[in-house]
Amino acid sequence: MRDRLIFTAQLLFTLLVAAFLVVPAILSITAGITVNYFQGIRSGVTLQWVFQVWELYAGTILLSFVIAFATLVVTLLAGVPAAYALHVRGGRLSRIVEEVITLPLAIPGLAIALALLLTYQGFSDFRRSWLFILTGHVIFTMPFMVRSVMAVFATVDIKTLDEGAASLGAAPWRRFLDVIVPNAVPGILAGSLMVVTLSLGEFNLTWMLHTPLTKTLPIGLADAYASMRLEVASAYTLIFFVMIIPLLVAMQLFADKEQAR
Amino acid sequence: MNVAVGHGAAVRVESCGKTFADGTRALEPATLDIARGETLVLLGPSGCGKTTMLRIIAGLELPDRGGKVLFDGNDMTSVPIEQRNVGMVFQSYALFPNMSVADNIGYGLKIRGMPSGERTARVAELVALTNISGLENRRIDQLSGGQRQRVALARAVAIRPGILLLDEPLTALDAALRDRLRGELNRLLRALGITTIYVTHDQSEAMELGDRIVVMQKGSIAQIGTPREIYFKPRNRFVAEFIGAANIIESPIENGHLVLPGGRQPIGGDVSMASAVAMIRPETIEVVAAAAAPLSGTIDSVSFIGDRQRMVVSGASSKLLTVDAPNTVKAEAGERIGLLIAPDAVRLLPPED
Repeated sequence: MRDRLIFTAQLLFTLLVAAFLVVPAILSITAGITVNYFQGIRSGVTLQWVFQVWELYAGTILLSFVIAFATLVVTLLAGVPAAYALHVRGGRLSRIVEEVITLPLAIPGLAIALALLLTYQGFSDFRRSWLFILTGHVIFTMPFMVRSVMAVFATVDIKTLDEGAASLGAAPWRRFLDVIVPNAVPGILAGSLMVVTLSLGEFNLTWMLHTPLTKTLPIGLADAYASMRLEVASAYTLIFFVMIIPLLVAMQLFADKEQAR
Repeated sequence: MNVAVGHGAAVRVESCGKTFADGTRALEPATLDIARGETLVLLGPSGCGKTTMLRIIAGLELPDRGGKVLFDGNDMTSVPIEQRNVGMVFQSYALFPNMSVADNIGYGLKIRGMPSGERTARVAELVALTNISGLENRRIDQLSGGQRQRVALARAVAIRPGILLLDEPLTALDAALRDRLRGELNRLLRALGITTIYVTHDQSEAMELGDRIVVMQKGSIAQIGTPREIYFKPRNRFVAEFIGAANIIESPIENGHLVLPGGRQPIGGDVSMASAVAMIRPETIEVVAAAAAPLSGTIDSVSFIGDRQRMVVSGASSKLLTVDAPNTVKAEAGERIGLLIAPDAVRLLPPED
């Protein structure tokens, strides 16, 4: 009897917490598809706000994905070899470099953005292009790529595999492509999903770095809430949800699969 | 580098020491010559520097300044491992999990640009040689420990290396399998006739496989010699005790005899010293009637092992003596016996520091 009571209480509490998190999301989504939010769902259901958002912000959404995938490409090209080098070399210098790469996690995005602005204010073409935001996103997401690849390296004893390939005559770049990358795939995938998701959702840095012509999804969202009807902004949230949820689910599935191994 | 099969390269390690970045001295400067086709075993407890020595020869570690590694007289010190044409078997095997067994064995050949037809034939040859037929398309994680060991060996040998380097290749296996594979490995190494350097901490492995054994202790070479030399003529107490069982006796000497509580034991060799540390192997002691030997003692315990019986004898020397007697000898605890030891079975060791 007492156990049942405790169980019920715990269940209720869990449901309450879940509701606390889920209800606002549902409200926001329904707001995006009602004709008039202040009259509620009675006023009817419509996709007009969604279309309106798409018309206004298609460019922003597209740019967001361009930046996210460009960030992914850069973090892959620089992060995976960096993780390999850091892992195989070891020693104090590698540790220091690793710490430096990880530092942006601890520094507020605002501070990083200010540093970038101060450093590159003279290069106005660069400052105005989306590449400037890309730079910020790469700095912010790099530790996630390097760390998840290094975590895999630590579990598969990549150093010995590397030495094994070397003993068979393979030059460093050959070992990297034939042995290191194929055995780091789980880490590379996990890192990639994280980088893309973080880049799509990044607000802090991007808010400071963007120009009216270089906006990303979250900036557009803030913009929509600040300057448009609530329904439009909510429709924007809906679009954001639709785009980012599949990525999050993929990440979760992936993590589960890794755990099962 | 063109090396004929079945011979390999001669190796010279010249005053190679190794100090790691944190200041630990893993290896005192050591010089070592390994003849073409020879199997040399580096033997010692963990942390004695044997693996560091192997890694220096492989090209995975650089020796400290002044050290040199020569293959057939060519200075290889700064040549990276991938250009040394060595075959290496790692303790953890380092097989590539992303490739099949056949692809693992053929990887070195692929790197060398061997056409795929020829490669397939060579891989088949090695699969047969190492007894792993039928496993060619398996993934590495589908293999047992023994099978992995064979694949690692096949892969290392496939490239026809000048030198074969093995780093504790049997340590990861269970005891029964280890014994069986040791025999197989021995036959294979003899058949290949390639210069081989083998690292182990297991003295019976070293005895069976090595043409010569290098016993290492705390980063330096304690003794180099054939298995017989190492066993019968250990140069110091460490070697004597590390290889096989040994009775170590400290005793004064009087005109060619050890003066012991249980009698006077004649010794051979240099007898001018006033006292000595002597080593006597348990199986060199013959059990006879108490009156029939200059040395006698009382049996403390007898344990029957099967092929022999091990007796612990007190009263003969200042410490308990271990005696390995044939399993036919009839003796019981408490009995007084004579211990007959040939003078040249007593090995005098240098005094302790």
